[in-house]
Amino acid sequence: MSSTIYNFISSYNYYVIIFLMISGLFIVVSRGNMVKKLVGLALFQTSVYILYISPGKILNGTAPILDDVYSIYSSPFPHVLILTAIVVGIATLALGLSLVIRVNEEFGTIEEDELFDNEPNNE
Amino acid sequence: MNEHAPALVVMLPIIGAVLIMLIRHNNLNWGIALLSGISTIYYSIILYLNARSVGTISYAMGGWEPPVGIEYRIDEFNSLLIALIATVSFLILVYAKSSLNIELKKNKISTFYSMYLLCLGGLIGILSTGDAFNAFVFLEISSLATYVIISMGNDRRGLLAAYQYLIIGTIGATLYVIGVGLIFIITGSLNLYDISVKLGDIELYRPLLASLAFITVGIALKIALFPLHAWLPNAYAFAPSVGTAFLASTATKVAIYLLIKYLYLVYGFDLVYSNQIFIFVVLSLSIIAMFGASMIAIFQSNLKKLFAYSSVAQIGYITLGIGIANYNGLIGSTVHIINHSIIKAAIFLAIGCLVFSSKIVNIDQLAGLGKRMPMVAVCITVSSLSLIGVPGTVGFISKWYLVLGSLEQGLWVVVFALAVSSILALIYVGRIIELIWFHAPVGGMVSQNKIPFEMIAVTVVMTIATIYFGIDTRLTGDLAKIAVENVLLGEQL
Repeated sequence: MSSTIYNFISSYNYYVIIFLMISGLFIVVSRGNMVKKLVGLALFQTSVYILYISPGKILNGTAPILDDVYSIYSSPFPHVLILTAIVVGIATLALGLSLVIRVNEEFGTIEEDELFDNEPNNE
Repeated sequence: MNEHAPALVVMLPIIGAVLIMLIRHNNLNWGIALLSGISTIYYSIILYLNARSVGTISYAMGGWEPPVGIEYRIDEFNSLLIALIATVSFLILVYAKSSLNIELKKNKISTFYSMYLLCLGGLIGILSTGDAFNAFVFLEISSLATYVIISMGNDRRGLLAAYQYLIIGTIGATLYVIGVGLIFIITGSLNLYDISVKLGDIELYRPLLASLAFITVGIALKIALFPLHAWLPNAYAFAPSVGTAFLASTATKVAIYLLIKYLYLVYGFDLVYSNQIFIFVVLSLSIIAMFGASMIAIFQSNLKKLFAYSSVAQIGYITLGIGIANYNGLIGSTVHIINHSIIKAAIFLAIGCLVFSSKIVNIDQLAGLGKRMPMVAVCITVSSLSLIGVPGTVGFISKWYLVLGSLEQGLWVVVFALAVSSILALIYVGRIIELIWFHAPVGGMVSQNKIPFEMIAVTVVMTIATIYFGIDTRLTGDLAKIAVENVLLGEQL
């Protein structure tokens, strides 16, 4: 019993990641509002950031500073990657939101149900 | 400069894209785009010749040595595709000027060129990089540029198509990153070559399979493999004609290359194909794509949408070769990447000519086209015939290798599927050909704009290529053989 609890606690961050991932995807699939879909998408992407950062952490590890005092470092590599991924995520979100603004200008709504009702040709 | 060619083929289009955004003068920007297009071709050919003479080139980006730094690995396979994509997109750029003047608002044309080059740079980046995360960044660069290209057309439904693709494309890219993250956790490396070496002595089978699944599904969304193709028809139908021709001939092909790279060079043949379920899924999805998408194409009335569904079906052929997974099957896939790129460029450029001259979007409007615009009509007919795979056209070569490959594996079902799907293609292509040549023109459908010389010229060049490479297979077939022998199956043979 105690080992189960230990396992759960030692990897609880991965449960959080999976929860965030699934809820993000669920929002994307279930919501018809275009902005809400983008919120779900952002949540989905954010969960991946934590997926990358988590394994880089070492207990008692410090930032990678070259000094005799410190001997255990956390890996800086995932942080660098995720910095890039965050930039990509922001760009995607910004483009998505600007598309939503344009859709609102052209169609007068951002609810998918109404959009597809108005556009019979759009299969 | 030549030793920096791997960086230059990626950088030149991106530099061009930035310059264009700064200058914002439509005609001048066309010149800049052409210039960076042609210099990219120059360096891509240098790359290919180098790869042929000295073998795989490893280029340390920024001087940081791999596996820590980002490595660009150029071999006979990806440099072939880089040269193909650079050439096709340059020809489309030549064509672009007049077509864009009609189809876009004046103030959007510069942005279009910029996005076009950015997308090209991203695609070439995916092909040349040897780093898993770098490939993701390039995937997103090219995708973001693609979303903008799709949304730019005059049809407001392009906005919805772009948004739909943005959602699906981002989910695909994120799934890919999750897969890469799992590999990173297992091996501690992001260099694809390094990963493939380290995966050899990994015993954690389950996380490895999970990463394979994430990466395959993520890339399959970009490829538009059958059940994941929902974004493609609308995106192709409502993008500007130039954009459609560009995307149809390059974007999905690059994603397929990325998948092949992962399956054969990173995970390795043994790991992937010891898994019967994987082969079954790939083969059956490809066959469903060949049938399903062709069936849907038969019932389309929008011309671009019809050929978009036919693209989904043709992508089925390419992944079929990956599923067959023997020498001839892989050659079939590789050749069809090249051939389908040329065929679809020819078809969508011809459709662009029709939109230019008389705003034709629906199939009924094609009636009597053979009399009104014989040149364009011949181009559409010939390139549609190569789509079916009539002997003497490029489509035949691809199907020939695919049939050979499936016969060797004893996959009679696949041979049968290939035959039936060709018949389905014959139905939707036949309908178009019948309308063009055997129907009288509908009243009031007089040609309004004279199609400029360069638009016709590029379309004709592409169409001739579909026949030329169908008869003389030295350039496509033999180079594909070399690519498959030396790169993909290097260790198996």
